[in-house]
Amino acid sequence: MKLRAIFLAPGAVVMLSLFFLPLLIVVAYSFLTRGPYGGVVPPWTAESYARIVDRLYLAILWRSIWIAAISTAICLVLAFPLALYISRAGLHKNLLLNLVMLPFWTSFLIRTYAWMFLLRDTGLLNSLLQTLHIIREPLPLLFNTSAVILGLVYGYLPFMVLPLYATLEKLDPALLDAAADLGASPAVAVWRVVVPISRPGMIAGCLLVFIPCLGSYLTPDLMGGGKTVMIGNLVQNQFTTSRDWPFGAAISLLLMAMVLLVMRVLGDKGEELL
Amino acid sequence: MKRFLPVYACAAYLFLYLPLLALGAFSFNDSKIAVWHGFTLAWYSRVFQNSELMEGTLNSLLIAVVATVAATVIGTLAAYAIWQKKLPWLTGSLYLSLLSPEIVTGVSLLVFFQWIFHFLKLQLGMHTVILAHISFSLAYVVIVILARLRTFDRSLEEAALDLGANDWQVFRYVTAPLLLPGIVAAALLCFTVSFDDYVITSLVAGVNSETLPMIIYAMARKGVSPEVNALSVMITAGLGVLVLISGRLESKR
Repeated sequence: MKLRAIFLAPGAVVMLSLFFLPLLIVVAYSFLTRGPYGGVVPPWTAESYARIVDRLYLAILWRSIWIAAISTAICLVLAFPLALYISRAGLHKNLLLNLVMLPFWTSFLIRTYAWMFLLRDTGLLNSLLQTLHIIREPLPLLFNTSAVILGLVYGYLPFMVLPLYATLEKLDPALLDAAADLGASPAVAVWRVVVPISRPGMIAGCLLVFIPCLGSYLTPDLMGGGKTVMIGNLVQNQFTTSRDWPFGAAISLLLMAMVLLVMRVLGDKGEELL
Repeated sequence: MKRFLPVYACAAYLFLYLPLLALGAFSFNDSKIAVWHGFTLAWYSRVFQNSELMEGTLNSLLIAVVATVAATVIGTLAAYAIWQKKLPWLTGSLYLSLLSPEIVTGVSLLVFFQWIFHFLKLQLGMHTVILAHISFSLAYVVIVILARLRTFDRSLEEAALDLGANDWQVFRYVTAPLLLPGIVAAALLCFTVSFDDYVITSLVAGVNSETLPMIIYAMARKGVSPEVNALSVMITAGLGVLVLISGRLESKR
């Protein structure tokens, strides 16, 4: 069909020229040598990849993985009861779900800024505690790893609630009645019946939270004050301050590979929900 | 359990909204520090008098509008084609672009533009930002439109074909009008995503293409200013309205 080809062409051109071609250039650059003024020059070499196996860079990789993992775990624990509550809220279900999603669709930057406003040395929490004479010196709440994790949890919590809600909503309430009839307390019923049934939602949610956390740049930069360096910050640094494009390209591809790996490992169930 | 869940849900909603509400409240505070001194609208008027902020707003609006129009048109056509016959490589690459870390998308576009500019005597600027925004927002459009098309009744198209319409007429007079709410929803989503982007934009922006998120980022790094609080309230309110309209349109099936 001719019309279909015409419809398809612009989208295909955009994806090829502004997504695949750029990635291909990154692949090529990762095998070149750093130029004297930045940029890249021959010869071709795999040295940039060899350099990743440095203790300093491995520490950054490891830190990124565990920060993303902890943030994902906290999101799961926080989101589960909320999703359970929404799924059983009757008429107000949609309203409650939209209330979770609404902040997500407004500015990520502003939501991060809001936490900076609360947590700074001169921020709202410290001012409040000082006015109430609970503390004398401001508490160091911002610019540390905990602040980064808080920022990530706050930013991506809706991604966990949504798929959990989708599976919990389909849960037949009769199953809980049956569990109660057989002598299970509500907590036991949730743990033994609801949790196993909602596993696909949990996997999808973990995937949707872990992936953006792993590649996050803005949150560690602003909430961590540049002290908690994650892979994303390392990449950005190579392309700006350090001007080492081949190394930056190699780390970018490593990050991409990790994202694809996570998708593969957890993937099949998550894909349906995307 | 019965008592725990509602209490917990309240706490969760407070966690989600309290930071934004506090930020909003203190945009009306008659003091630079985070202690309440009295009500004022001074920070709002300061925002409008700040020429850098106004220029950034204009840049952001221009970029978002152009990118939204382009991505919505291209994405709608592509989604329609994908719906007619599956195209695993295109859908796959769209999902991949959606899941790619922003920083990777940003640097790959940066090296791509720099490479192209070896051959063309051009520089980074508004045009590169717009191209980047079209590229990353395309996936959002296609996904929203495809979701909409899945509930679309194919027999309507078949009826139009039976009555002698050609493929273009079927799309133009049958499918597109019925798809319109979805298209508008996709466009609004695209606009919010584009208007808010910092990471990719900051990498591909040139000297004269500073956007609003770039200015807010710079201000946030320097310290907290009630001016940014006021600006945040206006942006959040604006984007919030767009999201509500978009949600309304999407739920009308």
